[in-house]
Amino acid sequence: MGNYSTNEFRSGLKVMLDGDPCSILDNEFVKPGKGQAFNRVKLRNLKTGRVLEKTFKSGESIEGADVLDMDMQYLYNDGDFWYFMEPDTFEQHQATETAVGDTQLWLKEQDTCMVTLYNGSPLSVTPPIHVELEIVETDPGLRGDTAQGGSKPAKLVTGATVKVPLFLDQGDVIKVDTRTGEYQGRAKD
Amino acid sequence: MRAELLAYLRTFFAEQSVLEVDPPSLATTSVTDLNIASIKAQMGRTSGYLQTSPEFFMKRMLASGLGDIYYLGKAFRDAEQGSRHNPEFTLLEWYRVGCDEYQLMAEVESLICGAFNRLINSKLIVARTSYGDCFEKSLQLDPHTASLESLQITAVNQGYKEWANETRANCLDLLFSEVVEPSLPKGLLFIYDYPACQAALAQTYKDEKGRLVSRRFEAFLDAVELANGYFELRDAQQQSQRFNEDIILRKRAKKPVMAIDRNLDQAMQAGLPSCSGVALGVDRLLMRLCGVSSINEVLAFPWERC
Repeated sequence: MGNYSTNEFRSGLKVMLDGDPCSILDNEFVKPGKGQAFNRVKLRNLKTGRVLEKTFKSGESIEGADVLDMDMQYLYNDGDFWYFMEPDTFEQHQATETAVGDTQLWLKEQDTCMVTLYNGSPLSVTPPIHVELEIVETDPGLRGDTAQGGSKPAKLVTGATVKVPLFLDQGDVIKVDTRTGEYQGRAKD
Repeated sequence: MRAELLAYLRTFFAEQSVLEVDPPSLATTSVTDLNIASIKAQMGRTSGYLQTSPEFFMKRMLASGLGDIYYLGKAFRDAEQGSRHNPEFTLLEWYRVGCDEYQLMAEVESLICGAFNRLINSKLIVARTSYGDCFEKSLQLDPHTASLESLQITAVNQGYKEWANETRANCLDLLFSEVVEPSLPKGLLFIYDYPACQAALAQTYKDEKGRLVSRRFEAFLDAVELANGYFELRDAQQQSQRFNEDIILRKRAKKPVMAIDRNLDQAMQAGLPSCSGVALGVDRLLMRLCGVSSINEVLAFPWERC
């Protein structure tokens, strides 16, 4: 990986900082008229997800990170690892529980996810924005009680629990927004 | 708004009998300042530089006895681009013979307040403070007498741990930009008595506490740097010494070494009248008058679209 100078900084650039891969979120050029120029940079540590701010002297350079975002198909979970496949090469990658994190609550086999590879192995997994999942456990549906707009918890096939309207039943397939974990509607077949 | 502002500025100086001058934008030499990069222009086999400010030509004019003068036009600085910077920008620079920096600050104040009144019918709160006072208020450290080590430690404590080996001027710039500036009050604020190590071409003197400071001031508008002025250095020998120090710093930082402007040196030896001068970023003033936060919004064609 090459080095990047501050004047190449832009949002989305992946760099190494204190041994961890980071993604640049924001880069601001600061310069007193007669003084030293700085780049005030906001970065996200791709391992921990933490956002940090750092001020570089303009002209400094830092090492790029071997980080690649790639769309992959989720295959299965064998209890220890989650397996993903590159759609073009059929190459499989195994992701650890740390890499998958809370995303496992939304992973349905054959769905396409964005897998972030660091030095060739999965660092994190981002689920699709909307997923369609089956309800496996909820209180019986109450027909005719929809006017109140009440809701009840429902457990989905992946293990996630979301609030759904009262009329839904076990076996129904619903659409969920993975960013908020909110019910979006019934899946249309 | 830009046209109105330019017209207002020219009227302001016409009323004060300050003469508009039109120095070159392209010259064979340029500034030696460590932190100001000139854009090189190639002309056949020779090359020149786009001027980062009209200062040197204006000082030659002052030495020839032209009296009070102003320039309103373009200046160019390499590698400066951001929400408040564009490589080509509009600069207003003027010199007042027989004035000190306090008289010049008063004139800057009346020029800016006049613009707010005339163009957007609004008033500004105006305040003045010394560099030492506002630095100490934010960081509990005297910027003039603190040791380099304590400045470095303060910089590191602010979370900038790579700054442990920085120079005095860089530590001060970092701490001022990152800690002091965000805490500055709204309105128009003049900060005077800059550290001696950041004197550039201002005279230096011992203040009432016996600290060596420079007779340099800056104007901040809503905590954004707007203008920079000096009670001008007149000693030709001291000036060439500062230029030579710049060159040493440039070599150390592996930056291009700039030739010293011999014409300016000759003019200084012939004698610069006692005067104060200030340069003001017209685009930044315009940003504030229009209520926008990005310089691109006041430029017809920002660099990305040129």
